[in-house]
Amino acid sequence: MELFLMALTNGIMVGGIYALVAIGWVLIYKCSGVLNLAMGEMTLIGAYISLTFYSMGLPFLLALLVSLIIGLLLGILTERVFLDKLIGEPALSVIMVTVGLSFFFRGTIELIWGTDTRVFNPPVFSIEPITIGMISISEVYLWSFVAAIILLVIFVCFFKYTRWGLAMQATADDEMAALSLGVSARFVYAAAWAIAFMAAGVGGTLLGNINGLNISVGYLGLLVLPAVVLGGLNSVPGAIVGGIAIGILQNFTGVYLDRFFPGAVKEVAPFAFMAIFLLFKPHGLWGWERIERV
Amino acid sequence: MVAKNRIKEGDVLLELEDICMYFGKVCALADINLKVRKGEIHSVIGPNGAGKTVMMNIINGLYHPQNGNIYYKGQKINKLRPYQRAKLGLARTFQKVEVFGGMTVLDNIRLGRHIHLRSGIFSGSAYIGKTAREEIEHRAFIEEEIIDFLEIEHIRHKAVGMLPYGLQKRVELGRALALEPELLILDEPLAGLNLEEVEDLARFILDINKEDRWRVTCLLVEHDMGVVMDLSDHVLAINFGNTILDGKPEEVQNNPEVIKAYLGDEDLYATRA
Repeated sequence: MELFLMALTNGIMVGGIYALVAIGWVLIYKCSGVLNLAMGEMTLIGAYISLTFYSMGLPFLLALLVSLIIGLLLGILTERVFLDKLIGEPALSVIMVTVGLSFFFRGTIELIWGTDTRVFNPPVFSIEPITIGMISISEVYLWSFVAAIILLVIFVCFFKYTRWGLAMQATADDEMAALSLGVSARFVYAAAWAIAFMAAGVGGTLLGNINGLNISVGYLGLLVLPAVVLGGLNSVPGAIVGGIAIGILQNFTGVYLDRFFPGAVKEVAPFAFMAIFLLFKPHGLWGWERIERV
Repeated sequence: MVAKNRIKEGDVLLELEDICMYFGKVCALADINLKVRKGEIHSVIGPNGAGKTVMMNIINGLYHPQNGNIYYKGQKINKLRPYQRAKLGLARTFQKVEVFGGMTVLDNIRLGRHIHLRSGIFSGSAYIGKTAREEIEHRAFIEEEIIDFLEIEHIRHKAVGMLPYGLQKRVELGRALALEPELLILDEPLAGLNLEEVEDLARFILDINKEDRWRVTCLLVEHDMGVVMDLSDHVLAINFGNTILDGKPEEVQNNPEVIKAYLGDEDLYATRA
């Protein structure tokens, strides 16, 4: 029972980080229809930037803020340089460009920061676990979860209650009509990439605090794919639920199945789950289904 | 809107000058000239494929013509993007309704207020001071005037994608009105509607143009000749991208070339007279 609760809480906590990255992903998909396969590398970039500034002696929160600002600029730059020209091109070519981007980012990261595992030193969070009732949670997990939740709330409010959120939804829904209402589609796309980069950066920084930072954290960033597929590709609440579900799934398989399939069952499980899930719900939990009216 | 007062009733609001548009080697519009005067309903008629929608897309900024100039209130707007033109007071509806299907009627119309909202993201999220006041004013405008005017009170919280076609068209019109435009482009607003819906919408168009509250100049593309002849102050007839005639409805109606190209025999345009 204790083991079960531990796995569950840890799963929820890590899932919060996945949810955060997943929201960035959904945002891009929602307003431009681009499946962004470079999301894992985007989490890495943000993580390395905050690690660099943290190592230079900046307080953690300030380092995170700097990485957010750089993420914002990189997002706008990426959209302007690589994706702006592709608006209106077939989705497949845009997806291939994001694959190219992911290799490009990965190579750049290895050039700048090398391939060794780096850690936040001195550790940002204490190693002493916090005990609540019968479960103990490490501080990293708890704070990551809190940070992720705060940001999630901000994002959701942004979508629901600001006119830019509405404008983004509108652009996603019908670009031509949005243009005719005075919404600049270019601005919306750039904003989506900027926000995605920032969300990925925070997610990456938190993940890097858990186990140290190396290229393989990028694969964790790619876990957003099963998360968003589960939630339905274009649903913000779906991304949150999907992220947390994937976190829990990962921890459960790690705890219960690892002794039967030693090795990396934890890494494979989300994707296996995604494949099976798609057989039954091809639109995810809350994805848009095309309704045909007759 | 400060600019609103600069132009008097009857002055040229929109002018197309020698517009040519090619798609590859196909000439969609050849030397089109058009002057839309403030306060009027100016209609554009022509058979299918004559280039009417291309013309609207050029005015709206979705297409950029290879040749010719577009003036709006005397200002050359050739290079402006659609969203910039919207800010100048140019609104439109589309031939195939382009509504945001997943959103409610209210959200659709609210989006039309986008260009009028001045407060930024930060004060916007705080909902205090300027923002709160702004929000209340816009809400009053949307809810009391537009929704009331178009008689869509009962569906305001419904998702637009689920509504029947006629109501979707009405929502689209409401959204365009929310911009408080000076010039409204209506691209076949009556196509696909039943007789009752046609009468309703024609009445709305007339009100938008004539009522003191709105006084919106309209550029109307329509096939329904009865409505066109009843509503319009001027009619431009085009065929294969060439102007046949631009004049009063009676002149156009009686012009042999227009009749040959489009109106056909008497019966055709008498269907809904």
